[in-house]
Amino acid sequence: MTQKLVVVGAGMASGRMLEHLFEAAPGAFDVTLFGAEPRGNYNRIMLSPVLAGEKTYDQIVTHDAEWYAANDVHCRFGETVTKIDRKAKVVFSRSGETPYDKLVVATGSAPFIIPIAGKDLPGVRAFRDLDDVDAMVAAAGRPGAKAVVIGGGLLGLEAAAALRLRGMDVVVLHLMGHLMERQLDPAAGYLLQKELEGRGIKIHCKAQTKAILGDAQVEAVLLEDGTIYPADIVVMAVGIRPEVRIAVDAGLYVERGIVVNDQMVTSDPDILAIGECVEHESICYGLVAPLYEMAKVAAKTLVKQDAAFRPVETATQLKVTGVTLYSAGDFADAEDREEIVLRDASAGVYKRLVLKENRILGAVLYGETSDGAWFFDMLRKGTDVSEMRETLIFGQAYQGGGQLDPMAAVAALPDDAEICGCNGVCKSKITGTIQEKGLTTLDAVRAHTKASASCGTCTGLVEQLMKLTLGDAFNPAAVTPMCGCTDLGHDDVRRLIKASRLKTIPAVMQELEWKTSCGCAKCRPALNYYLVCDWPDEYADDYQSRFINERVHANIQKDGTYSVVPRMWGGVTSAAELRAIADVVDKFNIPTVKVTGGQRIDMLGIKKEDLPEVWADLGKAGFVSGHAYAKGLRTVKTCVGSDWCRFGTQDSTGLGIRIEKFMWGSWTPAKVKMAVSGCPRNCAEATCKDVGVICVDSGFEIHFAGAAGLDIKGTEKLGLVRSEDEALEVIVALTQMYREQARYLERIYKWAKRIGYDEIRRQILDDPEKRKAYYDRFVFSQKFAQVDPWSERASGKDKHEFKPMATLTLEAAE
Amino acid sequence: MSTMNWFAIGKLEDIPLRGARCVETGNTKIAVFRTADNRIFALEDKCPHRGGPLSQGIVHDGCVTCPLHNWVISLETGFAQGADEGATAPFPVRLEGDRILLGLTDMAEKAA
Repeated sequence: MTQKLVVVGAGMASGRMLEHLFEAAPGAFDVTLFGAEPRGNYNRIMLSPVLAGEKTYDQIVTHDAEWYAANDVHCRFGETVTKIDRKAKVVFSRSGETPYDKLVVATGSAPFIIPIAGKDLPGVRAFRDLDDVDAMVAAAGRPGAKAVVIGGGLLGLEAAAALRLRGMDVVVLHLMGHLMERQLDPAAGYLLQKELEGRGIKIHCKAQTKAILGDAQVEAVLLEDGTIYPADIVVMAVGIRPEVRIAVDAGLYVERGIVVNDQMVTSDPDILAIGECVEHESICYGLVAPLYEMAKVAAKTLVKQDAAFRPVETATQLKVTGVTLYSAGDFADAEDREEIVLRDASAGVYKRLVLKENRILGAVLYGETSDGAWFFDMLRKGTDVSEMRETLIFGQAYQGGGQLDPMAAVAALPDDAEICGCNGVCKSKITGTIQEKGLTTLDAVRAHTKASASCGTCTGLVEQLMKLTLGDAFNPAAVTPMCGCTDLGHDDVRRLIKASRLKTIPAVMQELEWKTSCGCAKCRPALNYYLVCDWPDEYADDYQSRFINERVHANIQKDGTYSVVPRMWGGVTSAAELRAIADVVDKFNIPTVKVTGGQRIDMLGIKKEDLPEVWADLGKAGFVSGHAYAKGLRTVKTCVGSDWCRFGTQDSTGLGIRIEKFMWGSWTPAKVKMAVSGCPRNCAEATCKDVGVICVDSGFEIHFAGAAGLDIKGTEKLGLVRSEDEALEVIVALTQMYREQARYLERIYKWAKRIGYDEIRRQILDDPEKRKAYYDRFVFSQKFAQVDPWSERASGKDKHEFKPMATLTLEAAE
Repeated sequence: MSTMNWFAIGKLEDIPLRGARCVETGNTKIAVFRTADNRIFALEDKCPHRGGPLSQGIVHDGCVTCPLHNWVISLETGFAQGADEGATAPFPVRLEGDRILLGLTDMAEKAA
């Protein structure tokens, strides 16, 4: 016969228990579920991401209406149980009495509110449920809004980080000497504090809150030392206490929490309790793993199966995007304990293990937590670690096979072991070449052996071999960071953008742990380019991260005016085009007209407000932007070729125009200038360009990596192709390879020198599949890039760029 | 007597996030900046270095980088950051709701 089961509390523990129950004995119970919140079970742990705006409420719902219906659960959400009558076996609520055969109390916990003046003011919130989150989100919506979070524990810091992400000024007040003192030791607490301060959160430790100030609404928080922090919202996150009121009223045995035995049964055999409201062997739990364990045990007890809850070790992870922090077990100092500490200040890594008799008691990991689960596993099992003590702190990767010294593993490799799979280079080839040629740098080893010169995944191994061969003489080259906002170099950032599929600048800065809140004038344009290049169809170009020239599609001059260069395809123009330019120059009183080195015409000294009209007039004559301001394709310079020239071997003008029409509009790491000469006399000066073509009788010689600016350098020859089509494909593929691999602002000649001319030849000329893939990716990205920016703006786009916000006149002032 | 005049010059959303707009006032052009966290600042639109239009620079944290020679200017104080020395004049500016108010003292004198 069906028994009546009443569950008080619709939190994470009760949701999990019902799942187990319906699985073990479907239909055995007629379930009524009470919940004080007007909604069903959701994953409370994920409230922080909801507050941060990284997740929505819908994404954290664990049980929806359908699930309750499918299991015939009578849901009484928004209805608080006020009383339990144990004799009559009924519970009381707003709608009357509900009888039970078995009762499960899962009332969870209540936030602890410090008893100070002002604690009841509107604007003082806990961080406990979705209503709190909604209130905080609403407060964060006001520009310049300020939040004070009282409590620097797990919950308080997650709230603080999330509110900061929402743009609020956030202060964290913490009573103790360092953050998260229950989970962290002072050193890790310090690193965490530094990280959060770096995000613009103010941390005030040893802060005694005296009162919350305000009349009708919270206005500020006053500390004992007299400090006042203005606040539009105050979040109390100082702790929780088990919610035991109805259990006390019902006369159940309650200490700090509702006392239960191993079967989760309270002092009344028909009443069970689970979750944060419970006390088991004098311990109250607040983390989810033990609560789930309780849920499992309670479900079994209800269906009369044997199960026992045993005290568990718990591990903690802070859910703040970009902060990696893990702590488990007990790490207090004591006579009979030892500790192993690893600090890497440059990488922001801190690890500490506390041992007793060769067994791990506690672990704190900051900055690098991938070994957390491994340490935790040994902690729980009480594994004897004496065998691996020396390298224990370095993590699992350094263990196994009895190898304790990481270098020993490389030293022990046989001479014919393949180190670089891409280029088939074995160990003896690398060590031999290092000695023979006296190589001391990774670049030199790459140049001579090709090891680690392609995909780079064996770089670590190659560096270890160098260390092994050269001893202390080897000093791995430090990566130059992109800028002061990060320790990562351009190459690492580019790789991580792709590997982690990062598609916005804030995502890059979060995931790669940028040290500033929104980057600087160096990294933002670089990141914007990388994202435009890697996700052409998905990334929304951030114009505020572009240099002014690219933002307004003209070149800023020293007096704040602009110059405008329309495209003249391949340097060819006509009477109509020249007439249109002359008219524009007259109409807008353009002071200077100059022929550029790229075979086109530059109009200088145009007022910013006039730009859209200038473009509109030029557009009517068929002109589009010449991108003279862009890190992108500038010009393709040509000579007159076989059309007119008695020496011309091919139609160099036609090829130049074709290339320019195919490639205009694409963004590149730095500017790209090209040229096509109709014969080896090279009148178009193709051999000092980023990419150049020299036409010969037998076809087209493709050149690249020239320079004629800060540096002067003749081009390298890439190879000879027979047809115009092939020439175009090779040039496009080369440009795409450069787009994908180069560092922002790195011209082709520098990039090519860095990765090697042969590597480029191998990928672009010798490998048709690779070439085609590069070509296709370029063509795909052009679909989104080939939009004339001038006509867009002439028809009203980005109007705000070109007009003053307001013009204040004398009359207005008086 | 010096008078402070507050002018409503527009709304918060008129300025792009991490961007700037200009306000023309007689002889002085004022750049009004909006930071990533929706704070508003106003500076004379003139870099202390070579007079570059700061309103055209990239806005990051509480600073703007001048488009001409990459001087970094504090939006709050107008002072050049790092090793560079110099300052541009800050103007008082306030956000009331989403309305931006710009404060000018003795504007008649300045414009004259």
